[in-house]
Amino acid sequence: MEVPILKQYHYLIATIQAALSDADLLHLRDALVERVGKFRSRGVIVDVTALDVMDSFASRTLRDLAHMIRLRGAETVIVGIQPEVAFAMVQLGLKLEGVATALDLEEGLEYLNKKTRTMGVEIEERS
Amino acid sequence: MKNNPRRQASKVPAPGESTAALLRELVAHLRQNRTQLRQEWARRIREAQLLTAMTEEEIFAEATSVYDNYVEALETGTFEALQAYARNLSERIIPRGVETDEVVGIVLLLRDVLARSLFAKYRDDFDKLNRILDAYEPAANRIANTVAVGFVQERERIIREQQEAIRELSTPVLQVRERLLILPIIGAIDPQRARQLTEQLLRGIRTNRAKVVVIDITGVAALDSNVANHLVQTVEASRLLGATVIVTGLSPEIAQTLVTIGVDLSKMNTVGDLQGGIEEAERLLGYRVGPISETSQAS
Repeated sequence: MEVPILKQYHYLIATIQAALSDADLLHLRDALVERVGKFRSRGVIVDVTALDVMDSFASRTLRDLAHMIRLRGAETVIVGIQPEVAFAMVQLGLKLEGVATALDLEEGLEYLNKKTRTMGVEIEERS
Repeated sequence: MKNNPRRQASKVPAPGESTAALLRELVAHLRQNRTQLRQEWARRIREAQLLTAMTEEEIFAEATSVYDNYVEALETGTFEALQAYARNLSERIIPRGVETDEVVGIVLLLRDVLARSLFAKYRDDFDKLNRILDAYEPAANRIANTVAVGFVQERERIIREQQEAIRELSTPVLQVRERLLILPIIGAIDPQRARQLTEQLLRGIRTNRAKVVVIDITGVAALDSNVANHLVQTVEASRLLGATVIVTGLSPEIAQTLVTIGVDLSKMNTVGDLQGGIEEAERLLGYRVGPISETSQAS
């Protein structure tokens, strides 16, 4: 299943809409890493609101995704982890270390705005 | 089977004069003698000094309901209605302080009263009496069982509900500023409470869109390694929802426990007391708090 990736100014937003297979997750990772370069994005938001399960493979892939994207010069935020999922993840020891997280899309954008501002670029939201 | 030479002329004794037919006869007898049997039963209840928490009228009213449900259970052979009645009855009388032994007691008394009336009715036909009792006893036992078990289950359900309510009351999640939650913990934390705490907090973070949470454990005397790990997990899970956690109020004993256990303290943001924790939280949220001075203009 193809995850839709939207471009918003200097950001990419990927919204996961249903449980993804391992192959789909890898495909998403590769697609994002490629497009960060193609569109010269500064930030990536991966919205996992619709996921009610996060297994170790998904967790590892998201972490790898964030690290790879950072190597390409952009910041990643994972948003929308549900309370039950967060609880299950920490019990299993899946910590998403080194990966920024935020409550939802709005928070994620705010985080990226702050981060990219300190990178010397100011991105204003069109009001 | 005992062979009794004296037989009723009108009946041909079984191989299986059906249990159903016997029960029907029994039920008819119970219905016919409803008034006297209920009164006898109520008398016995008073005599045994049961249901002292209830008035005479209430006892008679409940006795009537139980009697009718009893007879109906005997008649239909189904016990769902009786179970529902038993639970309903329990719901009503448990708050009045009626105890399990009283409920079992009165059901057994009813059983006795009905059995005695059967002895009286069939005293001239020992064989028939035996057959009627063969039909009556299993049903009567099942009824006593159903009512008693229903009563106990209802009590257990109420106890569970109360425990849950107490647990929830004791860990409130409070919003003190926009995006700032405080979770004051008081008393002992067992693994179950810790888990419930975490779930409540995570839901609170999502509902209030909190960015900072201050967990105050001033009121907690001691933590074991299990609970300490729960605390760390709570901090990590909160981070996954985009919130920062500050833990405040660690006593010297708890500080020592945490270090001894080897909890990964880099994960935990701690401040000495609640006041300090709130100040730190406000700072993180971008507030600047200071006295209102006369000379400053409103910005």
